[in-house]
Formats: sequence, structure tokens, C-alpha cells
Amino acid sequence: MIDILRHWTRPIAARPLVSIGAAFLAVIVMFAIFAPWIAPFGPDEIDPVNRLLPPGDGHLMGTDHFGRDTFSRVVYGSRLALLIGVGVVAFALASGVPIGVLSALYPKLGTVLMRMVDVLMSFPSLLLALGLIVILGQGVFNAILAIGLIYLTTTARIVYGVALRLRAEPYVEAARSMGAGTWWVVTRHILPNMISPLMVQASFVFAFAQLGAAALDFLGLGAPPDVPSWGNMLAESRIYITRASWLLLWPGLMIVLTAFSLNLVGDWLRDRMDPRFREMVGK
Amino acid sequence: MGRYIIRRTGAAIATLIAASIVIFAFIHLIPGDPVYVMLGDGATPEQVAALRQRLGLDEPVIAQYFIWAGNALQGDLGQSVFFETPVTQVIADGAETSILLALITMVWIIAFGIPVGVLAAIRQGKWVDQGLSGLAMLLASVPTFWVGLYLILIFAVGLGWFPSSGYPSIFEEGGLSNLRYLVLPSLALAAPNAALILRLTRASMLDVSREDYVRTARAKGIRPSRVVVRHILRNALLAVVSAFGFTFAALISEAVVTETVFALPGVGRTVVQSILRRDYPVIQGVILIIVCLYLVINLLVDLSYRMLDPRVELE
Repeated sequence: MIDILRHWTRPIAARPLVSIGAAFLAVIVMFAIFAPWIAPFGPDEIDPVNRLLPPGDGHLMGTDHFGRDTFSRVVYGSRLALLIGVGVVAFALASGVPIGVLSALYPKLGTVLMRMVDVLMSFPSLLLALGLIVILGQGVFNAILAIGLIYLTTTARIVYGVALRLRAEPYVEAARSMGAGTWWVVTRHILPNMISPLMVQASFVFAFAQLGAAALDFLGLGAPPDVPSWGNMLAESRIYITRASWLLLWPGLMIVLTAFSLNLVGDWLRDRMDPRFREMVGK
Repeated sequence: MGRYIIRRTGAAIATLIAASIVIFAFIHLIPGDPVYVMLGDGATPEQVAALRQRLGLDEPVIAQYFIWAGNALQGDLGQSVFFETPVTQVIADGAETSILLALITMVWIIAFGIPVGVLAAIRQGKWVDQGLSGLAMLLASVPTFWVGLYLILIFAVGLGWFPSSGYPSIFEEGGLSNLRYLVLPSLALAAPNAALILRLTRASMLDVSREDYVRTARAKGIRPSRVVVRHILRNALLAVVSAFGFTFAALISEAVVTETVFALPGVGRTVVQSILRRDYPVIQGVILIIVCLYLVINLLVDLSYRMLDPRVELE
């Protein structure tokens, strides 16, 4: 067990920036889980007397136009950030992996499916998400689906590429020649070998899901205004930009540091990956 | 080459047709009656009937598609429900802002991304490279609207160097000096995309610098700066050119947000407002035009790639 831990921690420690990124992500997870204990106030606790207070006594990051404590809202905001990230990654993998694997195994079906993916890819990403929001309506769950759809396409493409390569590997051919069925080949040979490219893809998708969700929130098409999300906090702070510029700083910094940390971890995972697949997993 | 052009163009047209079906289907996927959704609860039955007829919703679905697509081919994208003007007019009104914004942004991206990418590559592994690569990753992780808000705060509100919002046409009073309205938005929009081009230029330079002909050039005793410019950069740029199609799509996507932050009267902001106003014909029209543009640009990039580098194998 300790060896396994060492196997993972030693290379991380060799790249200090990656360790800082990983530590920051751990803090976000802590914030999300223990929000009620970490946050000194409730995220919606209004205090009209103490509106737009600068960072200082009693309010670590100041207060917003309703007198709500910014630090508490930032802490609670990490819950939505994680929910969006996990949701988008889960959707992208759950849809992209079967599409990619099936396309690689059944070329005729693959031609049709990959063409459909191409069509979706011909839409600029945010417009595709906006189109889906128009159909589904606003909300956290719909934002996850809309952003997930963007990454379904890239995930399916990557999985398709990797699966095509794996299909031609000698051990897959050997398994087939010994009478292994498609299910066996997929579950025993293709999926297990796909884990590292998928982990890399997942960390990038998680990072860009943060930016996409923040953009939707900012346009007023993401999480409902009463939900404390970092994007919503930025959208609200816009009006007070000259009077209370610190409101702009904290939620924005959280988005940037989360996305940056995930990108660092993703890059690090990619560098440790099988060189044959490295080129396929991009951004 | 001729056959390649025909095949590549055919594929683009097929993708466009499929995309147009998706865009058309979108109005039918909205839950409930789109006419009621657009007009709101206070609509009279006459208004409902009139709009239904105007949008051609009385026809069978397949006929509707052909009418819509046929009209679109003739440059008629329907009428805006909100403005009561043709959709093409609404798009044309925002086109100047959006096109100029994209062009100025491209200038920043090229002016920053390529030279800095080259610098990172020739200093590979050194602290300059590590710093610049870190900077690129940081820029790629920053939401454009956040950068935009800070640019407003510092350069518009604080220093007063540039206007904070809006954009009067260069054909109106002020002429070309009105372009100063686009300086901050284009910088915000350029940030993440310049980071992408920087990373790509660096990676491509490093790839090319391992080629045999670069070693030969060095062995011949050619000046190192000349090797970098003539032998490495010229070849490395091919890969960068091919990324411009992708960059363009990213620009359009992010312009939606940037135009909203800076209150620019562009096509992106029109999309957001049309979504909030439920003006479906405008949303459909804008998305169709943008997808068309995107496909044409990618087609041109692919073809120019082939012309720039005859070694590129044709599929």
C-alpha cells in the first residue's frame, strides 16, 4: 500500500507546481464537504447593515450588496463547482466512451456515429451549449447536460482513436483468435487500457467545465441566481465593480485556480502516459 | 489536388446540410408550443395564428425544413419576432462589430502567441520556457469575462485610457478612432486563444527542430538565428495555420461572453439577447451563419495547408 502511495506521490513531489495544484484541489473538495463547518455564515444570510464591506474584521473576503459574507459564499460555491465538474465528466464519459468504442469495433456503425460527432463539432462549443439551454431551459442540471454535450464529442473522438489502435494490438488479436467475444475484448482489453487517456481527458474536461459553467452563469443562463456559484457571484459583482472591486477578485480567483490546477494535473498525467496515446489526448 | 478540393468541399457541404437539420429541428425540440413560448401568455389567438403561419408551422415538418432551407439558400432567414425585421438585417447590424473584434483579436493572438512560442521553444527547459509555458496554461484557465472586467476596472475606470463599453461604427462620427472601443474587448478575447497558439507554436517548433534538415543546416554552419527563422519557424508555422480554424470557432464562442461584458452591439450579444427574448428565428439564423462560416474557414485552412506544404499527404 505504501509502495503504491509512493509510486504516485514521488513524481508529484518532483514537480512542485503540480503538488500545489493537487493541494488546492484537495482544499476545494474539503470546502465542498465541510462547507457548513468552514463557512462562518450561511451562504444566503442577508445583513443589510453591513453591505459591501471591504475584506477585514469578521468578513475575511468582505460582503456583497446584500451584506452576505463573500468567504462563506465562495466556500459554498465549491459545491456547485464540483457538482458541475463531476456531472460533466460523468456525462461525457458515459456517452463518449460507448460511442467511441462501438464506432471502433463496428466500422459501419462507426462511420455514421463519427459523422454525427463531426456535425456536432461543427458548432462552436458555447453556441452548442446555448442552443441546448434554449431547448432544455435554465438550471444546474441542464447546464451539465449542455456542457457535457460539448465534451461528448471530443471524448468520443479520442476514445475512437485509442480503441482503433488497441483493436489492432497483438494481444487483442490473440484473444479474438482464441474465441473471445466482443464483450470480453472490450471489458478485458480495451477499457482497462483506456484508463490513462481517459483520466487525462477527464481532468481537462473538468477544468473546461468550470469555465463553461462560469460563462453560462455570467450570461444568466446557468445556475439560478439564488444558487451561490462562483459564476453567479461574478455576474452580480459586475454592477459594483467600481465600489467593491474585491467582490470580483475572490470568485474569479477560485475559478482560475481550480481550472489551472486541473490543467496542471492533466498535463502531468499526460506526461506520465503511454507515449503512443499522448498525441491523441489534447485540449 | 482537384479531386481533393472536390471531395473536401463535398464533405463540408454534407456536414452543413446535417448541421442545418439540427438547427432546424431545434425549434421543434422546445417543450410546448414554440409560438406560445415566443409570444408569451398574453397573446391573442389572431397573433398566434399569424406567427404560426409566418413561421410556416402549419406545414408538415419535412416540408417546413425544405421551405426554411430553400429560403436560407436565397438569403432569407425569416423575420425576427422581437424586432419585426428580417433576421439577415439583425445579423448584418451586428456583423461590423463582430468581424472587427475577431480581426483585432487575431492580430493580438498572432503578435503575442507566435513570437513568445518561438522564444519558449528556443529556450526549451530553461526558466524562460517554464515561466512562459506556465503563463500560457494560466491564461488558458482564465475566464474571458473575468479578464474583461479587470481590464475595464484598470484601463477604463482607473486609468481612463480606453472606453469601458459600447462601440460606435467606424462609419459614424469619430471614424477609425472608434476602434479604441474594441481594444479592451479584443485583449480579453485574445488571452486564452493566444495561450493556445503559444503552446502550439512551441510544440511545433520543437518537433521541427528534431528534423534531419535542421541538423544539416546547423552542420553547414548557418547562423543559429537563420536556422530558427528559415528552417524551423517556416515549417513550424504550418501546424499553427491549421489551428486557426479551431481558433476562429473559439473566438466566436467566447465573443458571445465578451460582447456581453463590454456591451458591444455584435452578433454574439444578439444571440444571448435573443435567447432571453425567445426570438427563435434569430437564434437559428445566427447559428446557421456561424456554422457556415466555420465550415468555410476550416475548408480554406485545409486547402491552404495543402498548398503551403506539398508534402502533406492527401487522404
